[in-house]
Amino acid sequence: MNVLNFVNAFFSDSAHWHGYDGIPQRFWEHVQYSLLALAVAAAIGLPVGLLTGHTGRGGNALALIANAARALPSFGLLVLAVLLIGFGLLPVMIPLVVLAVPPILVTTYEAVRSVDPSPVDAARGMGMRESRILFQVELPVALPLVLSGLRSAAIQIVSTATIAAYVSLGGLGRYIVDGLYQRDYEKVVGGATLVAVLALLTLAVFWAAGRLAVSPGVRRR
Amino acid sequence: MNGFFDIPSDLQHSWAGLIGLHLRESLLPVAAGLLLALPLAQLCVRFRWLYPPVLGLTTVLYAIPSLAFFVVLIDYTGQTELTVMIPLAVYSLVVLVPAIVDGVRSVPQETLAAATAMGFGPVRRYLQVQLPIATPAIVAGLRVAVVSSISLVSVGALIGNQGALGNLLAAAQKYDRPELAVNAVLTMAALAIVCDALLVGLRVLLTPWMPRGARPKAAARPEPLTAKGAAR
Repeated sequence: MNVLNFVNAFFSDSAHWHGYDGIPQRFWEHVQYSLLALAVAAAIGLPVGLLTGHTGRGGNALALIANAARALPSFGLLVLAVLLIGFGLLPVMIPLVVLAVPPILVTTYEAVRSVDPSPVDAARGMGMRESRILFQVELPVALPLVLSGLRSAAIQIVSTATIAAYVSLGGLGRYIVDGLYQRDYEKVVGGATLVAVLALLTLAVFWAAGRLAVSPGVRRR
Repeated sequence: MNGFFDIPSDLQHSWAGLIGLHLRESLLPVAAGLLLALPLAQLCVRFRWLYPPVLGLTTVLYAIPSLAFFVVLIDYTGQTELTVMIPLAVYSLVVLVPAIVDGVRSVPQETLAAATAMGFGPVRRYLQVQLPIATPAIVAGLRVAVVSSISLVSVGALIGNQGALGNLLAAAQKYDRPELAVNAVLTMAALAIVCDALLVGLRVLLTPWMPRGARPKAAARPEPLTAKGAAR
């Protein structure tokens, strides 16, 4: 099998395991870009989603904004940002954050909205303040869905962060972009494999986070 | 913005020509993905053990960056439109299979039993009962697939000007004309929004029994909740 030969050749070449262009270094850079983008997107999406989900207002406006953000092409935004801002980390973060905010925002909103209203009413009847209702009643119940929104955002970021290499940054996209221009398919296939591995690792991390953070009573449903 | 629609002649297309090319390169793969996803999803519904491995495989396929997918395919299909369209069809498949499986599974058991009691065979039951009831979920999947497909076609610009409107992005860099990049981003966003709106309109036409104005998720939500409550 052609592709498998490439994968084997890429990973068994010891030159790919050392130095600034080595696999550990590029892998770590990729993780850093992805985490930063996910953190910024979560810092925007989670509070807004929780608040609108709790009050139940602004759902239509939210859907409109999320649709518009989804419609913006990541690659186009990257090129535009580089042309307007210049090279650096910021023009890469813009498309990644725009890509990741809609899934987080919409899923969080839907998650909080779809919490069974009776425990919320009970909490309100017991005199809980709104902030405590949100964080101690609604959020624990909505957590599996909220995590699934973060997970799909994270997967998309990991796969799209490869475009950072197109504007001279590092990350696993380096192998793909360099391989393209050097006609070195071994590199391209190797880079793609590494990205897929990182995506699977992301799935595993979110699965573990779900096991740890979601209360057993909610999980059983 | 001076020269906003002044497309460099090396692209060999007018603005409208690029739009047509872009729509073809992005929508044909989604159609192909839908044609493949329908039987695959039906298999997953029939044989439940098949669904988790299919879901795992599609997640891995979805994680492969589009650029890497394009470059690897150049070896087989050359620097052609087909090289761009095959990965997009795969991504559409990945989005559509779970959407269709969830949609078909959400058909209540009583409805299926009623159809069987009325003498519907499996094929007719699938076409006339399961698919129509699953339509909102399928259209929701199609919306995601179409919008991401329209966005991803532009990456094809990197493998020898196969990116339709994305080629404008490459030209913007080559000739240092940011207005071309603005044009490309805005046009692609507009195309995505228009296609999205058309799909919503299609759903309203195909599901006349659903309440107007209500979002499909909100309308569908009470059912699984009550089903879960009954199971407890």
